[in-house]
Amino acid sequence: MSNIPDDLHYSKDHEWVRVDGNIAIVGITDYAQDSLGDVVYVELPKAGDEFAANESFGSVESVKAVSEVFSPVSGEIVGTNETLADAPEKVNSDPYGDGWMIRVQMSNAGEVDSMLTAAEYEDFTKAETE
Amino acid sequence: MVDFGGWDMPVQYPAGTIEEHLRTRNHAGLFDVSHMGEIDVRGADAIAVVNFLVSNDATKLVDGQAQYSALTTPAGTVVDDLLVYRFSADRLLLVVNAGTTEKDWEWISSHRQAGAADLKNVSSDYCQLALQGPDALGILQKLTDVPLADIKYYHFTEGTVDGVPSIISRTGYTGEDGFEVYAAADKGEQIWNKMLDAGNFGSDTGVLPCGLAARNTLRLESSMALYGHEIDENTTLLEANLGWICKLNKGDFIGREALAKQKETGVARRLVGFEVTERGIARDGQEVLIDGQRAGTVTSGSPAPYLKKNIGMAYVPTESASEGQVIEIDVRGRLVSARIVKTPFYKRER
Repeated sequence: MSNIPDDLHYSKDHEWVRVDGNIAIVGITDYAQDSLGDVVYVELPKAGDEFAANESFGSVESVKAVSEVFSPVSGEIVGTNETLADAPEKVNSDPYGDGWMIRVQMSNAGEVDSMLTAAEYEDFTKAETE
Repeated sequence: MVDFGGWDMPVQYPAGTIEEHLRTRNHAGLFDVSHMGEIDVRGADAIAVVNFLVSNDATKLVDGQAQYSALTTPAGTVVDDLLVYRFSADRLLLVVNAGTTEKDWEWISSHRQAGAADLKNVSSDYCQLALQGPDALGILQKLTDVPLADIKYYHFTEGTVDGVPSIISRTGYTGEDGFEVYAAADKGEQIWNKMLDAGNFGSDTGVLPCGLAARNTLRLESSMALYGHEIDENTTLLEANLGWICKLNKGDFIGREALAKQKETGVARRLVGFEVTERGIARDGQEVLIDGQRAGTVTSGSPAPYLKKNIGMAYVPTESASEGQVIEIDVRGRLVSARIVKTPFYKRER
């Protein structure tokens, strides 16, 4: 059973968003890190890069596979988790904490409202594993 | 679980690929490789019939010996790579890849020469478990009376494992010492569980069950070819650095003429190993560039958990196939530098 904190918003691509004022902090879910396996490389954008909602902002690589990661919200990158360059395994060990990936200055804060709640995401992952 | 040649197989067990890989290098890993195909060859002409189909020289085998070999096309390319086991002058066992078992069977049936040899696809009769790593011998010895230390590398014997009649072969696909055990298919679960018990599964230094991903990273670190990646029907054995299994003077075999000619004229491209020298991971199928020009393709690319480097194998033009040559890999649109290095990347201390 994967960990799905109540206070976050979730995407169907298995990213989470924590809202802090007009800033969205984005990472991948516990379910996603578990499916990927040992994360060995995380490729992140640069501050100042802009993304539309559901656009790919980088990639996460496990030993076996590469997965793109998508920004659930539109906006400008105002920070990235640079510690993942030397410690990508944080995505596995603490996906909702030290394993965060980007901070986005949202251009349309309403976008998070269309994301899944924790309960909806739980149903979504259950349906996916069935 | 993923589909692998029609078999449902785990990519990894709960410990994860990196831990499975390291445990196999340092202690022991257990792999369920029952998907591999087996073809039984019996009859007075068994060796001659097989020898015409494969590139290595099956006549050099003695009873109880195994040999790495390849089924070749008339062009010297590879139908499959395989192990040839000799039980006696009139009995061989061919162990082939899962995804190619049906293709191999059809190829062999339609290309074999006349002679006293009955061939039978017995793949579903066998399970195969590979116990690999420096602790493999000690673990397996708890389950058998066969003195395992007396079995030389690439040799095998028949005996019992946990009371089950088995073929015990000192072979593997990890670059480590270890054994592959073949037994009746319905005994697989019993032997698997006994091997885990005997190997202290659960302790930090005990045996770990390993999935397909670790099997791939272990063989890649050891620079062993994987069918469908380094070798296939579009690559010749000489291009793949498998000249050592081409015995051109053993007498006629399918592909001999083409391989002899290619050996004389030289190959235009060659398989090399490379190490990525900046951040980034090369993956199967990505393009190789040399001096900005498209020069070849990555056949396998992955992080190497034991060496802690990102490595791979690729075909490049022969004139560029030397150690130290700088190449670039097109990693999803980003050019990443790499350097051709000596293979195998990893070699265990003996």
